[in-house]
Amino acid sequence: MGNKQTIFTPEQLDAYQDCTFFTRKEILRLFYRYRDLAPQLVPLDYTSKPNVTLPYELIGSMPELKDNPFRQRIAEVFSESGDGNMTLDDFLDMFSVLSEMAPRDLKAYYAFKIYDFNNDDYICKSDLEKTVNKLTRNELTPEEVSLACEKVIYEADLDNDGKLSLEDFQHMIIRAPDFLSTFHIRI
Amino acid sequence: MGECGLSTAGRTTRPRAVPELHVPHSRVGVSALCPCSQEPSPDNEGALHSSFCQLIEEQSSLVAGAIEMELQERNREQGEQHPGYATTLRILANMPSRTIGRSRGAIISQYYNRTARLRRRSSRPSLQQLNRTARPSLRQFDLESDPAHATLADKQSLLAKELLSLPPAQRSQVLMEVPLSLEEKRSLRQKRSTPGLRAHSAEPTFACAWWQDCIVLVSLFLALVHAAQPWHYALKQISGRFGSSVLSYFLFLKTLLLFNIISFLLLLVFVVALQAAYPPAVASPPPFTGLELLTGVGSFTHSLLYYGYYSNTTLNDPSASSPSGSTSPSRATQLPYNMPLAYMFTIGASFFATCILLMYSMYHSFLKSYRVGSSTGVLAIKIFSAWDFKVVQRHSVKLQSENICTQLKELLAEQRLRSCPLSLPQRLRHITVLLLAWLLALGTVLGCVVAVYYFSEHMHTVSTAPGEEGVLLALPLIVSLLNTLMPHFYNLLAAWEKQDSPAAEVYVAILVLGLLCYQWLSRRLICSCWETCVGQDLYRFVVMDFIFTLLDTGFGELLWRLILEKKLKSKRRPEFDIAQNVLELIYGQTLTWLGVLFAPLLPAVQVLKLLLLFYIKKTSLMQNCQSPSKPWQASHMSTVFITLLFFPSFLGAAIFVSYTIWWEKPSETCGPFRGLQTIYQTPKVWVELLEESNPNIAWFSWIPQYLVENTVFLFFLSGIVLAVIYFNIQVLRGQRRIICLLEEQIANEGEDKKFLIQKIHSIYDRKVHCA
Repeated sequence: MGNKQTIFTPEQLDAYQDCTFFTRKEILRLFYRYRDLAPQLVPLDYTSKPNVTLPYELIGSMPELKDNPFRQRIAEVFSESGDGNMTLDDFLDMFSVLSEMAPRDLKAYYAFKIYDFNNDDYICKSDLEKTVNKLTRNELTPEEVSLACEKVIYEADLDNDGKLSLEDFQHMIIRAPDFLSTFHIRI
Repeated sequence: MGECGLSTAGRTTRPRAVPELHVPHSRVGVSALCPCSQEPSPDNEGALHSSFCQLIEEQSSLVAGAIEMELQERNREQGEQHPGYATTLRILANMPSRTIGRSRGAIISQYYNRTARLRRRSSRPSLQQLNRTARPSLRQFDLESDPAHATLADKQSLLAKELLSLPPAQRSQVLMEVPLSLEEKRSLRQKRSTPGLRAHSAEPTFACAWWQDCIVLVSLFLALVHAAQPWHYALKQISGRFGSSVLSYFLFLKTLLLFNIISFLLLLVFVVALQAAYPPAVASPPPFTGLELLTGVGSFTHSLLYYGYYSNTTLNDPSASSPSGSTSPSRATQLPYNMPLAYMFTIGASFFATCILLMYSMYHSFLKSYRVGSSTGVLAIKIFSAWDFKVVQRHSVKLQSENICTQLKELLAEQRLRSCPLSLPQRLRHITVLLLAWLLALGTVLGCVVAVYYFSEHMHTVSTAPGEEGVLLALPLIVSLLNTLMPHFYNLLAAWEKQDSPAAEVYVAILVLGLLCYQWLSRRLICSCWETCVGQDLYRFVVMDFIFTLLDTGFGELLWRLILEKKLKSKRRPEFDIAQNVLELIYGQTLTWLGVLFAPLLPAVQVLKLLLLFYIKKTSLMQNCQSPSKPWQASHMSTVFITLLFFPSFLGAAIFVSYTIWWEKPSETCGPFRGLQTIYQTPKVWVELLEESNPNIAWFSWIPQYLVENTVFLFFLSGIVLAVIYFNIQVLRGQRRIICLLEEQIANEGEDKKFLIQKIHSIYDRKVHCA
């Protein structure tokens, strides 16, 4: 574990280690994964903090994400501009939150953002319908989808405003023992 | 209920802030003002809703006082009070969230008061407000009119200040867990005056108590093991194709491997290596034939594998003429090594280390994932946490979608069914089926146990000639056969009665093992060196278990797939039975723990077995199986399995070993404890030797006599532990009750809006009618 790498300055690596859940080795490995998506765009020297953004199409073609029905939302949530184009920081942030070490509250926060398709800080019935359709690949009939969404709102909406706020979502996800293990991507 | 509120009356005659409820003086006034209401009584909480308003004011008088002063000033500035002020207060007092009754109101207001102090201490701004600029949100379009935006810089500096006030290790943890973008985290980090400390640096630089150091060391060790990431890509491949459920089996295998490696290393360093350096003088062993690998007798009998090989003297003792035959008297350094003491303490230390690690894993599992079953919110939880993000293969993703679709349909159908309950004959049938299945299961368990008992009795009466050692394999064969076939039978039963109870299979294994333990301890009269005989038995069981696992994999998965493909021409492949495989692992591990005392190299055998099992199971999985179609709560079941590993398995083995150490007389002719009454006497003998050699440390013998063996002290200790547990249970119960009340209050607050809207509509209607 020597200091032979020249991609980041030691301060940069320290900052990454402090702000994400990854070790040095994992950060470098993730950098190489990021670079492999577009070797001509991503320089090997990040000491000067270049402003490189990879377009969403490349991110969505990663083997870990390419068949995930929520990949577009994931990229949008973690990208700075909200359109799915990610810098290295966004990339590291995304996999840090989706890693094993991230705590439940952090994951719940981002899961809420992912399922909130219209970005209004509430999961309303239309967001839920989109979620269910993405989960089942449109195999359920519209009546079943509608019934399921109504039941979800009935079960989880605590303050009776017809949609799920972040607090409702967090309160419900605390009762889900599998959330931590399913909201996890191995990279 | 009408507008019978008397909050204004309560305000002027405010009594002293007393936490207990008292009936307000204005109760009489209520009935006088409202002839419409019934005669109020102490039980009629609806009529006493005004007392809740009063109570809130009393309890939060400190904070409310300041605000009211401000309000009154503002009112004075505006001139007279708003004419509808009293009516407004009356209407507010009628809202659903304020009419919950006095006892509930008292509980909530007390809780609010106690936690308000804690909440006032934290000056961190709410993260939702910070994050509007960090992540895109529709609300950022209102930024110009949003007053919160103007103070964003203040909020960031508040957050930075709070980070500075924390100790360094917590600082990193908070920074990692706060949901901001990486750039903002870096800028926050730079605002700190001292350079950041990495939470996972090799040396912890904060000073703390020694027990905290121990916890840090344990977690660092586990973090290192995690960072080494053995089998990282293999596990990724498995989870990519089969999901978290099948992955949990392999993670469990990894955990067991860790336990065994630790035991093995301890025993290797302190017992095995030293005995290997000073081998005792034994007769030349019989030649090695291949059968020894299976039976463990023959040339293995007098080897490092078993208890009988280890000497009972102090190795390399310069003073005594060593009968153990140290072969190099001309060694430069002579370190005497008391083998019996080392043996006993190393076994104890390995059990202790395993216990600590098991409890730590259990603690983590429970913390992360175990939830006592609550039936509400099942559909919501399923929709938000059913999608396994680890699954990446296209075909598996398609299968997962289909599974979720099926599960959702089943859940919706079940909820529809619940609204129309089963008729009486259907319920009777359901109950009879359950009863029959249960009786059948119990009957087979008892039958197995009795069969094993009689068979082992028969085997022990048959003496084995040196050439016919294969006969010794019969008992382990039968037991392993039962352990392999019973779970399939229980699967059929479970499919019939439509209920899953994986723990039923473990009862067979545990009962059979219990019976065998009893048999082993009573075998002392037959075998001359009984510990070695027991060790050999256990070695045979471990080897047989491995062979049968291989056969089960071969027949259950490979053969079944071939049959399905070739004969039945179906596209379906066999599924990986997670419960059965995990229980087989637990069974094998119990055997190892039982046998550590009698065969110190048994953890090494188990390590080899687990390593081979990992690769064989992985290969078979990839070639033959498909991902499971039934829902499998991976985290919940992992917690169940690790609890099963601790509770009947590890504790049972620990009790057996403790019993052997405390009560059983070791054999006279072999082993490190020959000649003593019980193994437990070893440290006592050593302490006596110490006393004789140096009378100054006689106080040292005081410790075992008055602390460990004194029953009063032990009772006292257990009493304290039980009291702490009881206290924690009561605290939990109280917190659960508060959570229920607060949930209801949140729902009531939601109803407030509807109530107020209704009132506005009624006023509007009245105006329209009057106009």
